[in-house]
Amino acid sequence: MKRWLPLVFFFVLVGFFAKGLFLNPREVPSPFIGKAAPVFTLPVVGDAEKAFSTADMKGQIWMLNVWAPWCVSCRVEHQLLMALAESRTAPPIVGLNWKDKNREAEKLLVQTGNPYVAVPDDLSGRVGIDWGVTGTPETYLIDRAGTVRLKHVGPIDLDVWLNKFVPKIKELGA
Amino acid sequence: MTSCLMKQCLLILFLALSLPVLANDPANPPAAAAPTAQPLFADVAIEARLTHLSRELRCVVCQNEALSDSPAELAGDMRQEIRELMKAGKTDQEVLSFLTSRYGDFVLFRPPFKPVTYLLWIGPFVFLSFGVLVWFMALRARRTFKSAPVSNEQIAAAARLLEDKP
Repeated sequence: MKRWLPLVFFFVLVGFFAKGLFLNPREVPSPFIGKAAPVFTLPVVGDAEKAFSTADMKGQIWMLNVWAPWCVSCRVEHQLLMALAESRTAPPIVGLNWKDKNREAEKLLVQTGNPYVAVPDDLSGRVGIDWGVTGTPETYLIDRAGTVRLKHVGPIDLDVWLNKFVPKIKELGA
Repeated sequence: MTSCLMKQCLLILFLALSLPVLANDPANPPAAAAPTAQPLFADVAIEARLTHLSRELRCVVCQNEALSDSPAELAGDMRQEIRELMKAGKTDQEVLSFLTSRYGDFVLFRPPFKPVTYLLWIGPFVFLSFGVLVWFMALRARRTFKSAPVSNEQIAAAARLLEDKP
């Protein structure tokens, strides 16, 4: 038994390393899960007179999708977001237009379709920092009480939607 | 022949000497004046604090790079955010808690000492003491090692071998 101990120890280590090798370093746990979503008020893309405030979404389950016109992987998930917006069973999606320096969001949304209920314009990226955004796209799920329930880094595909978002939304009783 | 060469040399020398003078001629300013170096930051003290603090912070885009070194745009924004917090009179500790409340402990290169990181911080010492213990036990086992009994016949055989008399 004793002579096998180093081998057992070795395989335990290999197990740890193997697990670490397959972790996604981009999946940084958000400190906001289970905490109140940061509040903000921003002008809306296409209508500088109007403003979007997180208070507008109070009492409903909603999603904040951080995107940008210059972001390629945002185009990848755009189609799915359009489908979700049309389905009317998915929670409303607010599209935070993050650091859109070239001011292309309005034009792009006209061209490709707008899946968002509102598109707040975070030109400076300040609100992004408040939400702990590390890049685009990122999507947050916020419950009726205004608590962040889920954060997904990277584009949402059907698999992510069905296995990550849908169970959580069901849990929240949508 | 030599004087001709001499002339050429002198000409080149004069041209070379006059070049910097021409460049700085105030009467003939270059068409597009090179921008004079602007001070990159107004407050040297805050900049020193920022540099010091951001070496301890992780760039959330490049992940293995310090916030102070990262050329990523978001890193620039975060440095600006820290700069403004410092200008508003926030202490280093307050700046750190501002960042960790948004990005988690992940932004800190030095993870804080708390229950989830106990193993991380104490683990190496536990492993080291375990190793020392094993080493110590091995030494003791060797010291108390008793050789197997040797018969007189074997001693005699060994002596014969040593004397080289087969």
